[in-house]
Amino acid sequence: MSEQGGRAWVFGDDISTDLLAPGPYLRHPLDELAKQCLKSVDPAFARDVKPGDFVVGGKNFGIGSSREQAAQCLHHLGVSAVIAQSFAGIFFRNAFNFGLLCLTCPDTSQIKAGHRLAVDPRAGGVSNLTTGAAIASEAVPAHLMDLVRDGGLIAHLEKRFSASTPES
Amino acid sequence: MGQTLAEKVIARAAGRNSVTPGEIVTCNVDLAMIHDASGPRRVKPHLDRLGVNVWDNERVVVIADHYTPVADVSTAAILKLTREWVAQQGITRFHDGEGICHVLLMEKGYVRPGMFVVGGDSHSPTGGAIGCFIFGAGATDMAGILATGETWIRVPETKRIEWTGQLGRGVVAKDIMLHLCGTLGMGGGEYQVMQFCGSAIESLVMDERMTLCNMTAELTAQTGLIAPDKITETYLENFGIDIAEAAAWQPDTDAHYAATHVFDGSALAPQVAAPHSPANAAPVGEFSNGRIDQAYIGACTGSKLEDLHMAAEILSGRTVAKGVRLLVAPASKETTKRAARDGTLATLIDAGATLVAAGCAACAGFGQGVLADGEICISSTSRNFQGRMGSPQAQVYLGSPYTVAAAAVTGRICDPREFLTQGSA
Repeated sequence: MSEQGGRAWVFGDDISTDLLAPGPYLRHPLDELAKQCLKSVDPAFARDVKPGDFVVGGKNFGIGSSREQAAQCLHHLGVSAVIAQSFAGIFFRNAFNFGLLCLTCPDTSQIKAGHRLAVDPRAGGVSNLTTGAAIASEAVPAHLMDLVRDGGLIAHLEKRFSASTPES
Repeated sequence: MGQTLAEKVIARAAGRNSVTPGEIVTCNVDLAMIHDASGPRRVKPHLDRLGVNVWDNERVVVIADHYTPVADVSTAAILKLTREWVAQQGITRFHDGEGICHVLLMEKGYVRPGMFVVGGDSHSPTGGAIGCFIFGAGATDMAGILATGETWIRVPETKRIEWTGQLGRGVVAKDIMLHLCGTLGMGGGEYQVMQFCGSAIESLVMDERMTLCNMTAELTAQTGLIAPDKITETYLENFGIDIAEAAAWQPDTDAHYAATHVFDGSALAPQVAAPHSPANAAPVGEFSNGRIDQAYIGACTGSKLEDLHMAAEILSGRTVAKGVRLLVAPASKETTKRAARDGTLATLIDAGATLVAAGCAACAGFGQGVLADGEICISSTSRNFQGRMGSPQAQVYLGSPYTVAAAAVTGRICDPREFLTQGSA
């Protein structure tokens, strides 16, 4: 029987951009950089994470530098959303610019590593499929859902620019 | 109800009379800054895909500071791409190896009170020292801004950070920020604007104010701000702008603040933050006698002229301890030039310091001065996250330039006030 939802990878507070995308690897191709993602906290993460999985953090997820590779690595690894109690402002914007969902969830204590999750970003809500718990999260604003729908900011702008180009 | 300074600037940029915290507005960007690491090499492919050039090449500043001077072929290629793209876009405000972007925006007079500015770097809030609303963004965000000249923002609340009294001798802006990181925590900024005020802040020179606003990034604040005052006006006189207009950017007296935190500046001791977070800050006495391998004076946070003066005050007539290396990477070429002219550099070099080129250098983990496994460094930079300054197994402590210089002399973390004569400022 195939399992439903995505697997939760649970991390603590203050997961920094240096942990997500370590400075010394920034010049390397994304594939190699992504292998270093969160390695110093959980060596198994980058190796074993599957597309559709969720990253769950505590407070200030993505704190630190403006380097968007921090969000890009998670997106590249197929993470479907980051669920955290709070986000660093720049990371939050960067994530949506890649089409990566961020869900602000005041209480993540009911999510343990390995739990299966599903999310409803528009209405706000995380379902813990393993325990059956319904967990509140903030609804994602419509303009950010547009970015997710279009596959990120550049794809969104591409659509906007092509829509505003007069027919020749 | 009145508006805070941040709300006034955002409202102006959004073409509105007023804005309310929490609402999402679209703002016209007065100035966009990008640097070599997250700039042209990242934004060019996006603009090419969209088939557009920058929306206004007079409103774009490009600064090569992270990889300069280049140390290998791959970074040389990044710099070459940067220069070619700047020429192709007709961007004249391009500074190549002249210093750290946040310091140059101030030094060149590019940021002014009341401006709405976005910078492609997390320490962009530095310009808040002058009353400019400036925040950091990632490369894709910057590409969107360069393509359209606008961006969205959720109007942040403003928190007042008041420092009463006067800082004691040997206690500086860096100590204020480390103390705030230690007491409010890394999330203490809560996406809000941190507006600094109070008698201890009013006495601070512009370099010190820049350090305050710069490190609001460590508190996950949207930005830091200081309303223009006499010191701002004196600073602006260098740039021949309308002082009255600039000084008019003030919060309303009945503005609403999310909170006001009051601290006694007179009671503050020099602070040190232990690895691997600025929030691990405590008075220097708690770390006394910790051994170091390297002392690093650098970054937009910690190597402006005022910072170098602090280091020189300690190092004058003294020498760096045996077995310790002291690296000094001035924040800008102008800083290096002024420090050379006023004798500061001679003092540092006589003491045994190694001078590194002006730029981001080891602070960003790119340049000279990165650390090996197990090495211990005390640094005047802004953040000591694991792996930032080299090996993830290195230990980085943060302190003011005074504290870093004192540690360089003794080879151990110590209270810099032991080296300062009382009385003189």
